[in-house]
Amino acid sequence: MLVADPRTAAAWRRLRQEIADAAPARRRELLRERANRSRATDLHMIGRAGLGHVGGDLSVLDILTTLYFAVLRIDPEKPDWTDRDRFVLSKGHTAGALYTTLAAAGFFSSAELDTFAGPMSALNGHPNRVKVPGVETNTGPLGHGLPIAVGMAVAGRLSASSRHVYVVLGDGELQEGSNWEAAMTAGHRRLANLTAIVDRNRLQQGARTEETNALDPLDDKFRAFGWDVRIVDGHDHLALLDTFTSARGDRPTCVIANTIKGRGVSFMEDRVEWHHKVPTASQLETAVAELAR
Amino acid sequence: MTGFDCRVAFAEELISLAREDERIVAVCNDSVGSSNLVQFAREFPDRLINVGIAEQDMVGVGAGLALSGYVPFVCGASPFLTGRALEQIKADVAYSQSPVVLCGMSPGMAYGELGPTHHSIEDLSWLRAIAGLGIVVPADPDETRQAVRWAAGAATPVFLRVGRFKVPAVTGDSSFTFGTATRLRDGDDVTVVATGTMVSRALEAAAEAAEQGVSVRVLNMSTIAPLDEDAIRSAMRETGAIVTAEEATTTGGLGAAVAAVVVTEPHPVPMRMLGVHREFAPTGSTAFLLEHFGLTAADIRAAAIGLARADA
Repeated sequence: MLVADPRTAAAWRRLRQEIADAAPARRRELLRERANRSRATDLHMIGRAGLGHVGGDLSVLDILTTLYFAVLRIDPEKPDWTDRDRFVLSKGHTAGALYTTLAAAGFFSSAELDTFAGPMSALNGHPNRVKVPGVETNTGPLGHGLPIAVGMAVAGRLSASSRHVYVVLGDGELQEGSNWEAAMTAGHRRLANLTAIVDRNRLQQGARTEETNALDPLDDKFRAFGWDVRIVDGHDHLALLDTFTSARGDRPTCVIANTIKGRGVSFMEDRVEWHHKVPTASQLETAVAELAR
Repeated sequence: MTGFDCRVAFAEELISLAREDERIVAVCNDSVGSSNLVQFAREFPDRLINVGIAEQDMVGVGAGLALSGYVPFVCGASPFLTGRALEQIKADVAYSQSPVVLCGMSPGMAYGELGPTHHSIEDLSWLRAIAGLGIVVPADPDETRQAVRWAAGAATPVFLRVGRFKVPAVTGDSSFTFGTATRLRDGDDVTVVATGTMVSRALEAAAEAAEQGVSVRVLNMSTIAPLDEDAIRSAMRETGAIVTAEEATTTGGLGAAVAAVVVTEPHPVPMRMLGVHREFAPTGSTAFLLEHFGLTAADIRAAAIGLARADA
């Protein structure tokens, strides 16, 4: 099991406070900068490892950054704290985005990112809770995260805990039937302590979701299953923040976050081939330069 | 058919545990009745999470509860729990090291005439391939109680195969120890390694064989994984032949597990594997099917005597 990096955790605490105290324009800027730094780190990591899921990492990073730097009640130095909020990355193939975010929060040293996907690394191509602090469950096969998050929300209610459970789902992943079993359970039980965020980038591994097995009208589907549905720009940090922190009703919340796969790098954006293509050295250089702008 | 339905002991022990420990919860798939959870539901309505007919959700919900500090007993008919949710068992429970107690109810051919869709003869084979998952098959009500109590405190992923087909009490004073076979009868000529419903039949077979001058050792292999390899090695050394008996497919089940030990020893011994050999059952009651597949006391006795003589 990796251990926390206290210095980075302290920096994370300061940045969280700064973000909380900042005026909206500055808050947006701080979150944007933080997310783009994670994007660059992620691209370097994938370039070095020679594998990873670039497109989905870049589409989900604004969501993860907003959660970890402005929303989740967590302590990177106490990853087992009982009443922490729970975060489950159901789209486990975008582990790279989670690792860079957890490292930026100090759950473990960012030096560890250099080992990503290497022999005996704690940082497998899909996250492992047994080895990586901050990872709540092992995901990878699609359609697993929502049922687990429902179990966590049921547990939170049984314990009368104020903790909230967040789960990020890929949109293509919603083709797995297990999600809809869990969506029924959450709706039926009115699990108001559960928020599912759909990274709606409209691309799956091989093609567009709507050309493969259409998901729309996705909002109506979740509403029909008993959820409150909110639709936001998944790259607008303030909109995400507002959605995550605004008052909740008596039912689970589904946030459909409209995103762009490969977000932030012009030649990767909305391109199906960048699902898990690895950038060349020169592509990496161009990408990082674009992200620094 | 006289004897005991192990689900009764299972439910009684679970309720007793739940009274002692509020972390104990039950999760089921519309199987409140068939998992014998009616009384549990009455006493602990908030602690019974019935997700409806949704096994993947059921196991995932169980994992989420376990990862939040609860001790979930996830109950469903074994064919659906293990077949429908196999990937959840692998990833959410075993690989994630979520301390869930998976309770496969009415396993083997307990659903008799309902047919192969409802039989669970593949469960041991499927689950034995998964790292880090303990597999326990109690032989009678008393062992079921002990196994339930052990599982609640085990803090490790477990599959508990809870029988519906009535069995006599056989384990007597012996106590259940996870990972350890129990020698229910000693013998020198051949060993029968049996599990679940086959244990009482193996004892019956051994008693009958003794009348014919053949001394049969009977091991109750109530833990299938991890297997008590020492007990197998002792049986090889001391009795020279092994018969396995299980209400399951021998492809990957108890027979295969024992054989893997036997053939990797320097001096393997003759073996017979009683069970179902890659075949879907015809229509019939459980008792009929056990007879059809050669799983009666007489069949076990014949196999044991055959091997003992071949070895002599």
